[in-house]
Amino acid sequence: MRRLFKDIWRKHHRYITVKPETLEEKKKEQLWLKCPKCGELLYARELMKNLKVCRKCGYHFRLTAFERIAITLDEGSFEEFDSDLGPVDPLGFPGYPEKVACAQQATGLKEAILTGSGTIEGWSVVIGVLDPNFIMGSMGCVVGEKISRLVERAIERRVPLVIFSASGGARMQEGVFSLMQMAKTSAAISRLHDQRILYISVLTDPTTGGVAASFAALGDIVIAEPGALIGFAGRRVTEQTLREKLPPHFQTAEFCFEHGFLDLVVPRQEMRRTLAHILALHSERG
Amino acid sequence: MPNTYLDFEKPLVELEKKIAELKRYAGEKEIDLRAEIALLEKKAAELKEKTYQNLAPWQRLQLARHPERPNFLDYVELLFTDFLFLHGDRCTGDDPAVVGGIGRFEGSPVTVIGHRKGHNTKENLACHFGMPHPEGFRKALRLAKQAEKFQRPVIFLVDTPGAYSGIAAEERGQSWAIAANLCSLARIETPMIVVITGEGGSGGALALGVGDVVLMLEHAVFSVISPEGCAAILWKDASRAPEAASALKITATELLELGLIDAIVPEPLGGAHRDPKATAENLRLELRKWVSQLREIPPSELVNRRWERLRRIGSFS
Repeated sequence: MRRLFKDIWRKHHRYITVKPETLEEKKKEQLWLKCPKCGELLYARELMKNLKVCRKCGYHFRLTAFERIAITLDEGSFEEFDSDLGPVDPLGFPGYPEKVACAQQATGLKEAILTGSGTIEGWSVVIGVLDPNFIMGSMGCVVGEKISRLVERAIERRVPLVIFSASGGARMQEGVFSLMQMAKTSAAISRLHDQRILYISVLTDPTTGGVAASFAALGDIVIAEPGALIGFAGRRVTEQTLREKLPPHFQTAEFCFEHGFLDLVVPRQEMRRTLAHILALHSERG
Repeated sequence: MPNTYLDFEKPLVELEKKIAELKRYAGEKEIDLRAEIALLEKKAAELKEKTYQNLAPWQRLQLARHPERPNFLDYVELLFTDFLFLHGDRCTGDDPAVVGGIGRFEGSPVTVIGHRKGHNTKENLACHFGMPHPEGFRKALRLAKQAEKFQRPVIFLVDTPGAYSGIAAEERGQSWAIAANLCSLARIETPMIVVITGEGGSGGALALGVGDVVLMLEHAVFSVISPEGCAAILWKDASRAPEAASALKITATELLELGLIDAIVPEPLGGAHRDPKATAENLRLELRKWVSQLREIPPSELVNRRWERLRRIGSFS
């Protein structure tokens, strides 16, 4: 009898305490973030000040497109292009419109890329930033179109192009339309090269699949952030075909650098300065 | 008759076997069974038509992947003369998954580049099931540039599950190799015709798939991801691949309707593997038409048109 009573009490007790605990945890989450790499608890406001880089291990948290624009361009210099372009559902793919609506609500973006013009330490650029939170930054028709227009503007204005990639690849739900955006954006970049206009491509976590294998790889100078996942085939796919565990730094920025596919690996704190340095070196002929 | 049958072909195959048996029996015993055989043959023809006329995307994919489907080597044999295979990417090696060379098409030199699949496991192991490494993509680009120098048309024969995924492929820059092809092929100043003959699998297909015109064989497929992969990622269930095959719109008819390809090359009833010769003849007619049309266009104009064609692809609001 005593035992039963105890059990009831215990259950009851649990019920009462669990709820406030989760609420408390939620509150904590907003103030504190745990570093996924080293587990360090980071005070959110301080983390933002440190450009979302873990002060203990240097882990680079993913940034939203708005955050990236804010830390890259000179304050107040950003002017957005084609903000009205939104996706349609060209194949009638089950569940796709709902997925888009969900992503739009969660990110405040119409699509996975933000494009526009601005200045970096005074140097004019046109810039594109992919947002990994919008359906994994995947490239469908709108991303392809906005990049093509961005390239056209770079040619028109004769200013350098900077693209920050963060994408899982081509967007499945738009089928071959998405696949063809790889060809479209790459052909656009080839026209930029013909016009002798500088293109700096910055690969951030993650840059894989159809984005890694198109415009992101085609910069005159290709830079990556430390630790970023960069590769063509997904890790899981590769692991399945090989049936063996892959080395831990496989498909990281450092791995690609070692094999000669990147010009530089640049920590976030030095990115703006590095971009300005490159822009300055390209500012006058010979 | 083919040696490998697909599930949905079973009733037809059984009927065809019965007819063959009856013919043999009639011959051996010297009995006149012509009437019975004619009746069964008529029935078989009807069933054949019914089976292949309304194939679901998933069934077409099975035909596109059929082990006996004509491959690169078969088309070289059937369509080109004086063919000379050329090798190597001048950098890493010679990828067995990408083959190419120079030959004559209707008497004039052309460069032909494509994926190589085998007809059996041994052949497929030797050519990595048609899945290229970076050196394969580089070889393709090298041969296309060579064709440009000598102003030969390029014919791409696309048939691959996709780019190879493995440690070596990543170490040698799979993404960079594909991107380089997409960027450079857009500027090649010579006519380029793409024919998707079997599986047009994602980036690995597209890296040999940039041209002035894109044709697809009737039962070929072209897709951003394999239906199996799509189902596994989206629905965490690879067994829902048939559903994904429909949703992704991978068949020639659907892609023509969407304006993503230019023409469809008809296949004999039952698929290309039932009559490779007839398939190749259909392809010859289509190639003849496009080669002569594209030859009339100045090379720099070709590049502009190629860009405009790509530039238009996409729908948005």
